[in-house]
Amino acid sequence: MTPSRSLLDPRGPRFAAAVTAAVLVAVLLTGSGWLALAQAAVFAVASVHPRLNPYALLYRAVIAPRLAPPAELEPVEPVRFAQLAGLAFTLVAAAGYLTGAALLGLVAAALALAAAFLNAAFGLCLGCEAYLVFRRVTGRPMAARVAR
Amino acid sequence: MDPSPLAGGAVGAVVLVGSTVYGLWRRRRDGAFRSAGGAELPARSANDDASDDGSALLRALGVEAGIPATLLQFSSAFCAPCRATRRLCGEVSALLDGVRHVEVDAESHLEAVRALEIWCTPTVLVVDAAGRIAGRATGQPTKAQLIAAVAPLLAAPTEEPEVAR
Repeated sequence: MTPSRSLLDPRGPRFAAAVTAAVLVAVLLTGSGWLALAQAAVFAVASVHPRLNPYALLYRAVIAPRLAPPAELEPVEPVRFAQLAGLAFTLVAAAGYLTGAALLGLVAAALALAAAFLNAAFGLCLGCEAYLVFRRVTGRPMAARVAR
Repeated sequence: MDPSPLAGGAVGAVVLVGSTVYGLWRRRRDGAFRSAGGAELPARSANDDASDDGSALLRALGVEAGIPATLLQFSSAFCAPCRATRRLCGEVSALLDGVRHVEVDAESHLEAVRALEIWCTPTVLVVDAAGRIAGRATGQPTKAQLIAAVAPLLAAPTEEPEVAR
């Protein structure tokens, strides 16, 4: 199956979010800024295109072939936006842990964990929902459009 | 704070439990239609709606007067469930006479978004023939929820939806 570049099997990002949540639990347990930075790098790659996410590559190589084709596809843009939000939080977490501001690292990693876990377990995208709230408050016009 | 595994583990556990509670609450709430908006957008009778600010607002979004039930869907670019919601609303409007689906990009209509108290996408408003908001649902509704939300408006072409029950 070769889905178009603008649509995704939604189970791929959810699998990636589950792996991400596990990594973030490890970050919280170890307090490792380097692990947070590694996760930030994964988010950075995924924000270019979610299909490049190493976890998503694992999903497509190992898991997707064993599953039925997806009943519903989802647009790429919300997933990309979520990766950017994840990137921001894990960068703050890495910076906090690596500079000795462990409380900052803890809070940022905890927020990232909440978002990743909600995505993995419930398919909710907190960053996506925050987006309209942000736009309501700022109100500047922007070229973004509803994805068809 | 000390970055001990104990503190990190405790925070992680709290986050996972809290997220689970929130996720379960959202699963219950999403897609459920509530009657809302009537108080904020006072609508008068069907004859009078031309002068009604609320109806004018809805008409500017593409809602046509006289359609028994309009599913007015607010979507945004970064919204995964909007696509599925669009498909479901389209199916319901094709299935039932008198139901029309209108989708608007929330970002392009921020004034209306503020006036109608839209905070997240997708939000689906059910608008009756007189331009009154009969219900609203945030999150992706099921087909059954959509049909149940428009049914009272279709069964009662007169002014009183209660007649249908």
